[in-house]
Amino acid sequence: MDIAKQSKWLVALSLLLSSSMVYADWTVNMRQGVTQISREVYELHMLIFWVCVAIGVVVFSVMIFSMLMHRKSIGAVPADFHDNTKVEILWTVIPVIILVAMAVPATRTLSDMYDTGNAEIDIEVRGLQWKWQYTYLNDDPAKEISFVSSLLTDRDEVNNLARKREHYLLDVDNEMVIPVNTRVRFLVTSGDTLHAWWVPDFAVKRDAIPGFIHEAWTVVDKPGVYRGQCAELCGKDHGFMPVVVRVVERAEYDTWMAGKQADALAVYETVGKEWTKEELMVKGEEVYNRVCAACHQVNGQGIPPAFPSLVGQGLAVGPIDAHLDIVLNGKAGSAMQSFKGQLNAAEIAAVVTYERNAWGNDVGDLIQPRKVNEMMSGE
Amino acid sequence: MSAIIEQSHHDDHHHGPAKGLMRWVFTTNHKDIGTLYLWFSFCMFLLGGSFALVIRAELFQPGLQLVQPEFFNQMTTMHGLIMVFGAVMPAFVGLANWLIPMMIGAPDMALPRMNNYSFWILPFAFTMLASTLLMEGGGPNFGWTFYAPLSTDYAPPSVTFFIFAVHLMGISSIMGSINVVVTILNLRAPGMTLMKMPLFVWTWLITAYLLIAVMPVLAGVVTMMLMDIHFGTSFFNAGGGGDPVLFQHVFWFFGHPEVYIMILPAFGVVSAIIPTFARKRLFGYASMVYATSSIAFLSFIVWAHHMFTVGMPLAGELYFMYATMLIAVPTGVKVFNWVATMWQGSMTFETPMLFAIAFVILFTIGGLSGLMLSIAPADFQYHDTYFVVAHFHYVLVPGSVFSIMAAVYYWLPKWTGHMYDETLGKTHFWLSFVGVNVTFFPQHFIGLAGMPRRIPDYALQFADYNMVSSVGAFLFGFSQLLFLFIIIKCIRTGKKATAQVWEGAHGLEWTVASPAPYHTFTTPDEVDMKEAHG
Amino acid sequence: MKTAQTSSNSMVLRLFAVAVGMFGFGFALVPLYTVFCEITGLNGKTGDQYTQTSIQAVDSDRLVTIQFLTSNNSGMPWEFRPKMRTLQVHPGEVNETSFFARNPASYDMTAQAVPSVTPFMAASYLHKTECFCFEQQALAAGESIDMPLRFIIDKDLPADIETLTLSYTMFDITAPEQSASAD
Repeated sequence: MDIAKQSKWLVALSLLLSSSMVYADWTVNMRQGVTQISREVYELHMLIFWVCVAIGVVVFSVMIFSMLMHRKSIGAVPADFHDNTKVEILWTVIPVIILVAMAVPATRTLSDMYDTGNAEIDIEVRGLQWKWQYTYLNDDPAKEISFVSSLLTDRDEVNNLARKREHYLLDVDNEMVIPVNTRVRFLVTSGDTLHAWWVPDFAVKRDAIPGFIHEAWTVVDKPGVYRGQCAELCGKDHGFMPVVVRVVERAEYDTWMAGKQADALAVYETVGKEWTKEELMVKGEEVYNRVCAACHQVNGQGIPPAFPSLVGQGLAVGPIDAHLDIVLNGKAGSAMQSFKGQLNAAEIAAVVTYERNAWGNDVGDLIQPRKVNEMMSGE
Repeated sequence: MSAIIEQSHHDDHHHGPAKGLMRWVFTTNHKDIGTLYLWFSFCMFLLGGSFALVIRAELFQPGLQLVQPEFFNQMTTMHGLIMVFGAVMPAFVGLANWLIPMMIGAPDMALPRMNNYSFWILPFAFTMLASTLLMEGGGPNFGWTFYAPLSTDYAPPSVTFFIFAVHLMGISSIMGSINVVVTILNLRAPGMTLMKMPLFVWTWLITAYLLIAVMPVLAGVVTMMLMDIHFGTSFFNAGGGGDPVLFQHVFWFFGHPEVYIMILPAFGVVSAIIPTFARKRLFGYASMVYATSSIAFLSFIVWAHHMFTVGMPLAGELYFMYATMLIAVPTGVKVFNWVATMWQGSMTFETPMLFAIAFVILFTIGGLSGLMLSIAPADFQYHDTYFVVAHFHYVLVPGSVFSIMAAVYYWLPKWTGHMYDETLGKTHFWLSFVGVNVTFFPQHFIGLAGMPRRIPDYALQFADYNMVSSVGAFLFGFSQLLFLFIIIKCIRTGKKATAQVWEGAHGLEWTVASPAPYHTFTTPDEVDMKEAHG
Repeated sequence: MKTAQTSSNSMVLRLFAVAVGMFGFGFALVPLYTVFCEITGLNGKTGDQYTQTSIQAVDSDRLVTIQFLTSNNSGMPWEFRPKMRTLQVHPGEVNETSFFARNPASYDMTAQAVPSVTPFMAASYLHKTECFCFEQQALAAGESIDMPLRFIIDKDLPADIETLTLSYTMFDITAPEQSASAD
């Protein structure tokens, strides 16, 4: 291969390698995390690890020694022993003792994890295909907030059309926010198939099972942003539903909560205004790409038969009420979810307007959030 | 593999094999059927391996380059199903067929015709399973562990064919296992007591009992799935009063013994090879038998260690943690016994011995990561990450698969009458050894760093080890083509093999000519018990 | 004299019987699992209707917090919410609350509410004398309903449990013919 070709290969290879070298990470160990439990788990992990290393070193050294010294090629003559009850008993009993020694701290840590005490904040964590819904429980329904947390990473980055930014695949639109040094309880369930909610820095992982509720808890002692992922195969976008928890000082949490509660109110008020078509199309496209494109694709063509095309066919160019109905209420027996609980009236009005006018559909309709709001509250 | 030696004997029912292709369709000869299983398993190994290369190619870099997530999930699922049910298990059945009758001095398996059926079900079942990839909606995409409700309410239409294929494979396994048990218990030559049998026969006897006990439970769980999908029942659907977690309990009740089914025969193989090349009897034969039996018994009562994060009560988690940790004891006994067999032996390092020693070292590493996983609170951080993937690939690839390769090199001269090319064999070994470690060792790290399983794309901090792992996978994968070449070359040509083949080999199979005659030990007086060596 | 063949045959039959038996065992695991959960209260499953004839004494010194959660399974469009998010109750006393449900779809539907309790050891101490989860709920298009729940917390609820969460998931079990959107 001549120099020119060789250099081209070299350049290509180094570009390939350097593109990921920018974020080079050769970490070999589990993180210690930011909770008492996560540190206990880490200590336990290190204890077991060193015990395993010790066992491995002992066994492999004996083997390597034997392979070197008990070879026919250096004249070794085989011995003829082939059992020894004493030795067998010894190497049965000693491992049992080692195991018991490991089981004691393990039992203690597990019992600590299972402690069910009162928590100051209760958050329902609901797994869905393919996002999380968080509801901060509150006795006063006006103060209870609920929002959906979806992957924020652009599909262009996934499809290698744009450079991958920091926190690739670990960024969401709406983070869970909790205060530091506060006991928070997570009530985990699922709205469709199995998922699992996992934050490695907290050492909290709990399977989300439809029809069942399970609890986990944490007390985080250090502010920061902590990222995890879904840890149970749940369909095609299992790798695309991250968990992001922002832990902040109490005052900042209170401010955030007040803001969220005000947002919920503001959304309601937004519904009272008259939207222009341009405003609806802009908002609708944003909602569509974030929520609907996962199944119906950015170009609207879907992946039939499971995910129908919206281009020039079906309800997208059919009766408005039926189109709104299917977005609000879903379609039983199919993968089409009910979005009433996840999107507000303004988002639904916008996305339906967008679907009816994008990709050449050009039906011409525009739907006001107020109308959707009426449908949602059944007045 | 042609063992076409006409026996010029007085017995008139001795004849060579039939001619032509139909010989293989109708054969009831354990050697032929063993050959069929082994070739089938190799084909499945290459097929399952190519799915693995699709996975590793996609995971070479962050981003989606080659396949979409829907297809990726089909690849991970099919890779698992084909390797477990199509490669590893049939390979061990093939070894059982070839070796058990010869090792116990029996003329054939107890039920030769059922033996034929047991094999021929498999190509049919796997053609059906592989064809699901071409069906509308794609093939199974819910992981080889097919948890409900992903595999029931959210499954593609091909799931029914998947269920049918699993039923067929199960029937094949059950029939094969019944055959093994009856053969071993009933057809041993006079003087071959149970405690004189080679350990390979013992491990297969115990494995066969495990199969008979748990394959029907797998059949039960896929039948429940079928009923939930098509007949409106709610075994796993909470809306109808069922429970998705029930699926996991019933599946793993099968699933945990299943992984021991995939390793016990490997223990038997290694227990045959190390004594031969150390020129020293296996250390602690009796305790090896007891250890294998304890492992089999314990395998039934530890299943929920696959479910530590599902929300079991504390008492349940503690029990399963303790029981699982306990399995380390008999497993450790076996490892120590192999090392004690090597100790003060007179070793040579032909290819089978290289694979066997690598098995002991790398399986031990896999076993130790298994011990880490058994610690329930730590498992909350390991579960469903690449740490688990690293663990089970260590015990299955440099574990089960290396033992199968070791067995093939060890017994190929007996089967074919030729020595394989030792230089090429050692080359294959070193390429595989390096390949397997480069592929799977880094996976421990990315698992600890937080990368979940079964994802087609990953966050940037996992990129470096993924790239290394993918390079190793391609090295390991393509090295197996060398293995294919070595086997074919050995069948066709090579230095003529003696009956004993290996200087330190003991056992009835080494008393017959190489290649082994089509029919061996047809009468009890052909068995020389002095050579049988447990 | 028993030949190798006859003893093989009988062994085959016995092993085959074991295989069949294990298949049955797999299915038997289903009711076994349910019974185990009911007896131990594990898995957060609450029992059937509670019909205790004797009145329990009320433990007025102790207050337990009960949290009510509701959610819909996928594709389920109903509005479904508890009247009260939490209740503070005394063990032994009869309490009542209700849940609002509305069918906003343009066709009649039938639903099943499935309860789940955490922490699971609390489940066997939650006695429901009246619960909408005991039956299927049918709602016509646009219809709404208030569904009552009457329950008692057993006085023997372990002392370390101060909060109990009862979550209902609503599943659509409308038969296919009833669903107007079937195509």
